[in-house]
Formats: sequence, C-alpha cells, structure tokens
Amino acid sequence: MKNLIALTCLTLLAGCGSAGNWGWYVIDPTTPKGWSNISFLLDGFGATILLSVIAAVFSMVIGLLVALPGMSANRWIRLPSRIYIEFIRAIPLLPMLFWVFYGLPVVLQSMGISVRIDAFWGAVITLALSDSAFTAEIYRSGIQSIARGQTEAAKTIGLTYTQTMRYVILPQAIRRILPPLANQFIYIVKMSAFASVIGMQELTRRANELVVTEYRPLEIYTLLILEYLVLVLVISFFVRWLERKMGADESR
Amino acid sequence: MAEQADTDQTNAIEIKGLNKWYGDFHALKDVNLNVAHGERIVICGPSGSGKSTLIRCVNSLETHDSGSIVVDGTTMGNAASIEAIRSEVGMVFQQFNLFPHLTILQNLTLGPMKARGLSRKDAEARAMKYLERVQIPEQAGKKPGALSGGQQQRVAIARSLCMEPKIMLFDEPTSALDPEMISEVLDVIVDLAESGMTMIVVTHEMGFARRAADRMVFMDHGQIVETGTPEAFFSNPQTERCRTFLNQILKH
Repeated sequence: MKNLIALTCLTLLAGCGSAGNWGWYVIDPTTPKGWSNISFLLDGFGATILLSVIAAVFSMVIGLLVALPGMSANRWIRLPSRIYIEFIRAIPLLPMLFWVFYGLPVVLQSMGISVRIDAFWGAVITLALSDSAFTAEIYRSGIQSIARGQTEAAKTIGLTYTQTMRYVILPQAIRRILPPLANQFIYIVKMSAFASVIGMQELTRRANELVVTEYRPLEIYTLLILEYLVLVLVISFFVRWLERKMGADESR
Repeated sequence: MAEQADTDQTNAIEIKGLNKWYGDFHALKDVNLNVAHGERIVICGPSGSGKSTLIRCVNSLETHDSGSIVVDGTTMGNAASIEAIRSEVGMVFQQFNLFPHLTILQNLTLGPMKARGLSRKDAEARAMKYLERVQIPEQAGKKPGALSGGQQQRVAIARSLCMEPKIMLFDEPTSALDPEMISEVLDVIVDLAESGMTMIVVTHEMGFARRAADRMVFMDHGQIVETGTPEAFFSNPQTERCRTFLNQILKH
C-alpha cells in the first residue's frame, strides 16, 4: 500500500518536473479552467455510484430468486436456475450492454411494449443481470454451508419452507454471504465504466469527453484511475470491517 | 403389549412393508412395525442397520420407496398429510440442531408462534413451562453456544415438547454427549416416558432401555431381526446376530 502511494507520487512528481510530456495545467485546481475540468470529472462520481448501487440491489434480489430454486431437491425446479446461471455467465458484459440498449427495445416493441431504455437503465439492467449469476452462486454456497440439520429441525417444529428460510437459514447464512457480496460490489463499480460506451455520463464517459476537447489523455486518464482507486479502496475498507464484524459474531 | 399383529385404531404408528434404497443400497427391507399409543420402543442395532433411517421416515425427513406409514390415523402421502403428521411428531437429533443465532427462549417460541400462531406471551409461557420441566429455566436468555452439550440436548427436547406432540422420536440423543452429561438427558427422557408419551428411541444406552422401554427392536442390515420385552430381549435373545450385538455393547 505504502509502496503504491510512493510510486504514484513519484510518477506524478516526475511528470510535473520535466518539460513537455506531462501537462497538469489541464486539471490544475488553481486555475479557473483546470478547476472547471476537475469538477466536470468529479461530477461523474454521483452517476457511477448511483448506477453501481442500484445495479447491485437488483442483482442481489435476482440472485436470491435464482439461487433458491437452484437448491431444490427436484431437478426440474433446479434446471432453469442452472441454465440461467450458465447462460448469463457466458455473455461478456459489453455485447450484453449493446444488446440490452440497442436490441431489447426492438424486441419489446415487437411484443407491443413501447418503452425507451435510456443509457442509465440500460446499464442498470445489464450490470444487474450479468452480476446476478455470481450473486446467485454466492447465496447458494452461503446457504448450503448451513448444516442440513437446521432445515430438518425447522421441519420438525412445523415451519414452512418460507419460514425456515426467513427465520432459520438466511439469518445464519447472511453472515457468510455479506462479505463476498460486498466484494462483488467492487466488480460492479469497475464494470460500470462500460456504461460510458452507450453515453452514460459517469466517470469514464466524462474523462473521454474531456480528452476529446483537451487532448491530454495521460493526465485525465491518470486522474480517472485514481478516482476508481479511491472508490474501490473505500469499499474495500468497508468489506474488511464487515468481515471482522461478521467473524466476531460467528464465534459467539 | 409385546406383539401387535392386528392394525386397529389403538396404534399410534403403523409401518407396513417399508422399503428404502439409497441408490443401490437397500437401506430398509420390508420393515413392519406397529407402535401402540403410549408405548415406548427402543431400537438398537449396529451402525448402518437402518435404525435412524426408519425413524426419519416416520416424520418424512426421509422419503420411502414402497410400503405405507400411518401416524395417528393419517396415511403419509401428499404434502398436507406430511404436515399433519409432523404436527403430531416431535424429534430430537443426535447433534441437537438448535438454532445458534437465536436465544434458548427464541428457539422454543419459534415453532409455536410461526407454525401454531400463538401470541408471544403464550409461546413464552409455554416455553418456560417446558424449560422448567427439563430443569434449565435459568438459561432462557442465552444462546445455544453458551450451553453444555447436555443442556443443549435438554433444550432440544423442550423445543420439541413446545409443539405438544403426541409422539416423540429420539435419534441417538446421547451419542454426541460427553459421558458425564448422558444421565441428565436420559433422566429427562425417562421422565417423559413415565408421563405416557408415545416414544421411539434409537439408542445404545441399554441401561436406559431396561428402565424405560416397553419393547425392544433389534435391527440389522435394514431389517427388524428381533423384537421383545426388555427382560426377554436381554436375558434370552433369539437370534445369533442379536446375541453377538448384545455381547459387543454390554461387554464394557
């Protein structure tokens, strides 16, 4: 961690010192122009975070709905869930994003449903679907790690399947599910950069637009990477805190 | 009470021609067993002989492949009949299977409140009544992890009793306990036996069998090999397999 910071600082300092190659003026906060460029870039944070959070919430809900039938004793109930997971996992994010943004409205139109999918919701749908296959697997491993005896005991005291899940299994599984789920959120944040290609005004899109007008890709993309770094580090710290808290609870 | 060949309304449990396979393994072979109301049965036999599988079939924790099970007049079949049977039958497991995330009191009130619709007040009153019966009311606020094995198993018994079942099944209730805790659990089960509860107990505790059983059932290789009163069973076993088994477990 310290080395990384030192290396970053050195690179930046080297750039500032030498003539020519680096031109930090483009994002120099002391000049009006630099400052307006910086605020333009930083304004992307809101969209990136909003997109990631909403996509993550949908992914968590879809993942659970896919995971639960995926653990059924009946293979015909299990099958659709397996197919969904294998299918979704096989599709690269970018083609899926294109399909949802450009293709899905056409499909819906042919079914008589006329909706416009804007860049934000196109990205939310794609990220949520793509991620849900992974969250489903996280749920499955978390729930299956709860001993079968718990389900049996719940059955013998007359609880229904839904009651067993709600009062017995999920409260225990959540401790094992939350940390990997929060980790998965980092993946969503990074993948949200793809939303730039369908025109969503998030961090990456704004960097691209500024590069086009300012012709300083090195400085602007360096700042862009730092923006993601800060975001992911904050989430990382939160995940570690969560893991420690959950670990402490477990041993009680 | 030794032999009930006829099947009439006096039987709490009637098992006829029961067969179960695990893949190619024939776990239960044409098992017939009738249990009268108020009768206490102890099932013993070598490990892998099908004892646990048999009692797990009685409340449908295991499915059977052929034959019939009638519990208190209800023939096991569809989901409704299984629900009806489970509401009459309590079960205590070798591994206790208490819910580790809930307090002792919550472990006991969960079934009555969610499956029976009792108010919290009534459920807690009932829970305390049965905790007193197993002599650990002072542990009500603790989590299962804070209790000794013997205490946990007594809580598990109380949890079953809170559903006020007519029949209790015990699946090796003392096999996971340290030796010094076995008697505190057996005392509770004997007390229950003396109150007239219909019980099937799978156990190797032959002292307990002598004290509490009306009838012994010896199983080997998925079959009931021998049944009889404890006196006849221990003093004069009829089959070679039973003699060998008794010699092995009574030696020490």
